[in-house]
Amino acid sequence: MNPRKKRLLLIACAVALLAGALALVLAAFRDNIVFFHTPTEVAEGRAPQGRTFRIGGMVEAGSVRRDADGVTVYFAITDMAHKVPVRYQRALPDLFKEGKGAVVQGKLGEDGVFLASEVLAKHDENYMPPEAQHALDAARTLQE
Amino acid sequence: MKKISPRAFLPLAIFLVLVVFLAIGLRLNPRELPSTLIDQPAPDFLLPQLGQPNQTFSPRAMRGQEWLLNVWGSWCVACGQEHPTLVAFARQQVLPIVGLNYKDGHEAATDWLKRLGDPYQLTAVDADGRIGIDYGVYGAPETFLIDREGIIRHKYIGPLTPELIEQDLLPRLQQLRAPAAP
Amino acid sequence: MTLELGHFALIVALLVCCVQAVLALVGAQRAHAGMMATARPASWAQFGCLVLAWCCLTWAFVQSDFSSLLVAQHSSSQTPLIYRITGVWGNHEGSLLLWSLSLSGWTVAVALFSRRLPQAFTARVLGVLGAINAGFLAFLLFTSNPFLRLLPPALEGHDLNPLLQDPGMIIHPPLLYMGYVGFSVAFAFALAALLAGRFDAAWARWSRPWTLVAWLFLTAGIAVGSGWAYYELGWGGWWFWDPVENASFMPWLLGTALLHSLAVTEKRGAFRSWTVLLAIGAFSLSLLGTFLVRSGVVTSVHAFASDPSRGLFILGLLVAVIGVSLTVFALRAGSLGGGGRFALLSRDTSLLINNVLLAVATSAVLLGTLYPLFIDALGMGKLSVGPPYFEAVFVPLIAPVMVLMVIGPFVRWKSDTARRLLRTLWLVVLGALVLAGVLAACMGMDNVSPAAFGGLLLAAWIASASAQLLWQRLRAPGRIAAGWWGMWLAHFGLAVFILGVTVVKSGGQDLDMRMRVGQQAELAGYTFVLLDEKPYRGPNYTAFTARIAVYLDDQRQHLLAELVPEKRIYHARQMPMTEAAIDIGILRDVYVSLGERLEDGEWVVSLHYRPLISWLWAGCALMGLGALVAVLDRRYRRQRSPSPQTGAAA
Repeated sequence: MNPRKKRLLLIACAVALLAGALALVLAAFRDNIVFFHTPTEVAEGRAPQGRTFRIGGMVEAGSVRRDADGVTVYFAITDMAHKVPVRYQRALPDLFKEGKGAVVQGKLGEDGVFLASEVLAKHDENYMPPEAQHALDAARTLQE
Repeated sequence: MKKISPRAFLPLAIFLVLVVFLAIGLRLNPRELPSTLIDQPAPDFLLPQLGQPNQTFSPRAMRGQEWLLNVWGSWCVACGQEHPTLVAFARQQVLPIVGLNYKDGHEAATDWLKRLGDPYQLTAVDADGRIGIDYGVYGAPETFLIDREGIIRHKYIGPLTPELIEQDLLPRLQQLRAPAAP
Repeated sequence: MTLELGHFALIVALLVCCVQAVLALVGAQRAHAGMMATARPASWAQFGCLVLAWCCLTWAFVQSDFSSLLVAQHSSSQTPLIYRITGVWGNHEGSLLLWSLSLSGWTVAVALFSRRLPQAFTARVLGVLGAINAGFLAFLLFTSNPFLRLLPPALEGHDLNPLLQDPGMIIHPPLLYMGYVGFSVAFAFALAALLAGRFDAAWARWSRPWTLVAWLFLTAGIAVGSGWAYYELGWGGWWFWDPVENASFMPWLLGTALLHSLAVTEKRGAFRSWTVLLAIGAFSLSLLGTFLVRSGVVTSVHAFASDPSRGLFILGLLVAVIGVSLTVFALRAGSLGGGGRFALLSRDTSLLINNVLLAVATSAVLLGTLYPLFIDALGMGKLSVGPPYFEAVFVPLIAPVMVLMVIGPFVRWKSDTARRLLRTLWLVVLGALVLAGVLAACMGMDNVSPAAFGGLLLAAWIASASAQLLWQRLRAPGRIAAGWWGMWLAHFGLAVFILGVTVVKSGGQDLDMRMRVGQQAELAGYTFVLLDEKPYRGPNYTAFTARIAVYLDDQRQHLLAELVPEKRIYHARQMPMTEAAIDIGILRDVYVSLGERLEDGEWVVSLHYRPLISWLWAGCALMGLGALVAVLDRRYRRQRSPSPQTGAAA
């Protein structure tokens, strides 16, 4: 094989590789991106059904209840304007507290209850999850 | 000198695009500063009042005026030093002072106010110190200057002194009130 | 006084760094021996200053001096001594000081071990390192001064974040930073070579041991961090593809590519501009990692509170360091020259393909990490990119690397024939298939999904090829160099690692349930019984412990272990913390942690079964060991005095 052909072949391989990688990335983005919605958006029906997304806000004070099995937990996430009822069936993270910020990830059920697959933990009790802060800010701007 | 290939600039170009996004990203996410809380909304709470446990207090009630939130405890030596200054300052009725009784006993707190005078419009009771955590309090006394929108404008760590009030607090207050005046 | 002394030492260190950078770089450009000679003493001086500053800060923490703002915020009088000492780097300011100190340590190491290198080259390297540290010291002094006073002093400190009060967190940040910062040496070598306009095999040989040591630290740092997440966060996960984790993983990937590319440049003189670009890239990603972690521009589960004004400063630093180096690269790349020619089928090609794939995989991780930021910046909404994206993209990109990486050592440099290669490889393929079959049978055929089988096949492939390679090498004549053993160990370690990942991902089991004292639960064939609970007081926390017995059978005949997980409430921050209890085994971990206490004697208990998870850490340990062995290779010690053409000319 002469150098010119070899060079062409190498370039073709590189282009094919990059195209493949790009296709992979795009497909993965399409399927796996998790959007973020505020409780107000959920209340207005602007959140998707049957697709995983995140909600941020405060855990409404006094809203946490438990099933008899002890593991299933119900609570409400609020941005002070609207609230979304949430069901979660695993042990809660340490820093989950009523009246504190939280972000939950999961799907919206047909009955309007959000089935959380993850309640995101924080590492620092001073730290408000940015999404939760965003939801509160957005709701406050709307009200004013 | 050898030739400069335009291809060699590709990494630089990619990097510069990245920088633009990073710079925008920085502006987008102004996070709270938990160590200071300055220029952040005062964390909300609902606490019983000292002496009237069936009445509650929330910072929302103070909207529309500037006020001071003073964190104190009867166990706190420095609060004792500060107290006469506060009592004198309260008499001038410059702005309302709300006390946050921090990790204290009910008896001890009431007794202390009876003995040394009560400069507070009212005192909220944070018995277990949870609200103190929200406010990043690491030792009493601390005083927060909060504006009419409920934003913390300044935080004084340690006892207020007449000089501090004269030279720092009052000018700050004037500044806060100035733009509101017609 | 201690704080003021530390502050002063920091200022002196900044000045020394500036002097070092200017004199060394200008001296090298003008071939002025006197100016260049200042670089070594200056390195020692800045190191001395930073050690002094470090000691001052540590002293303030040990003494619980609450007139120091940093101490008041991150320590308390009740904090145990060990965590008062490690609290020094358990915060933004202190960890940056650690960054600077370790950069200074690397600088001194270069000054010490570069006696045989040409003076101009050493001066350039030390000059570049001094300039980087000047940037970081300015950052420290202007935006993150660790020596601020708090007047009047606080009565009690705020305590160290309980999550950081843990042995893993004592060593994780220093290891990680040594790795991050270590790539600055390879970076400085590359930049010095660009400035001098000369590259050759000697340059690659000088860079290799430094890169290896940095890679070793980074590997250890990532492994320890992952282990910390595994036992401390209490839900048995060990990798979350979180931005903060990716920040350390990306330089690791590119560093791996750099190591291999340096090998080609040393042996064959090829890939020069590619190698230089990787050296710049690995350190750039280290800086980017610091930026991401410290500025909080990306949302992270691991995020601690952060501050955007500091982010702006680091961004400036990022632009200065990376921008300047890439500009120099662009201007000088043309003069690097091509390398030796090689055929399509050669070790050169296989390393090149692997390198490109590693770089592409790094880009994919970078893209996923920054994508939420891009979308937010364009005003298209808030979103997050989670583990499913990274798994979907990273696995297909990295799998070919794993397939190719063990073929490489069989192939000859420059050119080889397919016939010769196939004669060796058919045995490897056969071995891999048999081994994968055996592994799958051990796991129970029903439990093995196609993806899991793919993972087993990869691990078996690498293991089988490693065995074959070892057999061939042992039969061949000649002494086996330490470098070869290092390569072999690291590659074999990857097989162990992949096996661990595959099995733990496909065979891990979890159960969260309500348990009262005396109640029993079953998971993965084990029986768990909650025996009792009791409260106790720690130094700076109060806690509940629960005793949970684990039996091998449901008749409670054969006791495996008694696990004692804890739930702590740290006083100063009123912050609850889960301390998991783990029975560690070679073939599996049994992991128990406490959720909430529902009422007296009743808890939400998390039970986890993690097969072969220890193999994951063992694989990392083998890779690290490989790097260590390779560094000890004799040829790095007898670095012969290079020909004058290498560096002196400028």
